[in-house]
Amino acid sequence: MSETQLLDVVGLHGGYGSETVLQDVELSIAAGEIVAVIGRNGVGKTTLMRTLAGLLRPRAGTISFGGEDITSLSADKRARRGIGYIPQGRDVFPELTVRENLMVGEVAGTGRSRPDYERIYGYFPILKERARQRAGTLSGGQQQQLAIGRAMIGDPRLMLLDEPSEGIQPSIIKDIARNVRNLNEQTGVAVLLVEQNLDLIVSIADRGFVMEKGRIVATLSSDEITSRDQVRHHLTI
Amino acid sequence: MEIFLAIFAMFYQFGDAFAFLVIAAAGLAVIFGMMGIINLAHGEFIMCGAYVTAATARAGLPLPLAILCGALVAGIIGMALERTIIRHLYHRPLESIIATWGISLIATQGVLIVLGSTMSGIGTPFGSVVVGDRSYSVYRFVLMGAAVALLVGLYLLFYRTRFGVIARATIQRPQMARALGVDTRSIYGLTFGLGAALAGLAGGLYAPTMTMVPTMGSAFIVESFVTVVVGGADIFVGAAPAAAILAVIKAAMTAWYGQLFGQIGLLVTVILVIRILPGGLSTWIKHSSK
Repeated sequence: MSETQLLDVVGLHGGYGSETVLQDVELSIAAGEIVAVIGRNGVGKTTLMRTLAGLLRPRAGTISFGGEDITSLSADKRARRGIGYIPQGRDVFPELTVRENLMVGEVAGTGRSRPDYERIYGYFPILKERARQRAGTLSGGQQQQLAIGRAMIGDPRLMLLDEPSEGIQPSIIKDIARNVRNLNEQTGVAVLLVEQNLDLIVSIADRGFVMEKGRIVATLSSDEITSRDQVRHHLTI
Repeated sequence: MEIFLAIFAMFYQFGDAFAFLVIAAAGLAVIFGMMGIINLAHGEFIMCGAYVTAATARAGLPLPLAILCGALVAGIIGMALERTIIRHLYHRPLESIIATWGISLIATQGVLIVLGSTMSGIGTPFGSVVVGDRSYSVYRFVLMGAAVALLVGLYLLFYRTRFGVIARATIQRPQMARALGVDTRSIYGLTFGLGAALAGLAGGLYAPTMTMVPTMGSAFIVESFVTVVVGGADIFVGAAPAAAILAVIKAAMTAWYGQLFGQIGLLVTVILVIRILPGGLSTWIKHSSK
């Protein structure tokens, strides 16, 4: 386990109830990297994200974050150590306003940083415009921006970003890709990205892992992850 | 003048019924609406608040402070019970009903054994005023004011404070709230404590008007459950309008046919509401405003 790794996953097994989905997953992410996990539907990508966020208990293996073993920490403690989770389907709090959603996001940063609303509004101006609107009435793309903003207001060191492009129109996907890139470059937040959208992967990932039936079966170097043919090949095997 | 007096009498009846429904139901509504737990020990938290209020008031504490003591003690006991018993039953609604029923029985019988079948109460303060040919208790007007203040206070707590925002987020998406760093266990603990404290407050506020017996909580149970069932899971767009509607029905039935028919009116309303609006008023209001 090297000192420079932000997230280190060793021998991770996990799943729902008695059903094992993840089989001996190994991966690591350095500070400031954008790493994509690619693979077809149902190979366990979302299960991996939920297990890293602390919402699913692993059956075996260890998860280290910033040099600390967090395998047995609850989701809320992991969030407060700097893991920001942006789930598939966004999961905004529908009856809360945009501003209130962001307020909940502040909790993760308690004691580590001050919430900087203007910075988040700088990336996502729509959130300022719609601050008093109920989140459930936003469009899919706006909800995605809110979910990212809500995680970023707590100043995470790692963002777990699960299928941000799902159900969103292409022009907005480009916008989100650019914002994730900017957030990564300007705040140094590392990103673990689960994605099926070829353009999004190619445009922002530094390197990648290929997942199949709950296992990591290949790694993609920075040259490979920016090659559309390579990535397309792994998305369709 | 005759008409004015009749209207005033009706208003008093309505205000009195509304205050009772709101104050009795608030704690139950918070615990059910926020946590989905049906707290059958609600009446015993009310009894606890009333007993503590009576005891501290008789010991010389001014009444408002005594009432606060009652709410506080009920709230602390509520938080302790949440931590030891309720917490383990969050995903088992039937078991939580049985557990809270058990707490209720133990509390009633325990108080009966330790303090006897009755405790000396405190008199109703402020006396009465005469309007027309009838006299009205001034304290009843205080209770009406307290009910409105309670609704405003709860609204401010849930919509204008950090705790309120985080509590509402926790109800809507508990897992997501946890993944954002919210310690949802302590939010549930505080919410249950708040519900118990509100029940204690109800007991404290009505202590000066009632006889102190261990089963006094049952006098509140029908009204509070009726209000929560008619209102549904939201206090503000559910329990509050439900209390207003039920108060009109109860006041009208009581004025025309007497106490018994007031109660029957409430129960008939509940049966009708369950048939027509199974989710209660709050679900109906939220759907029609979308």
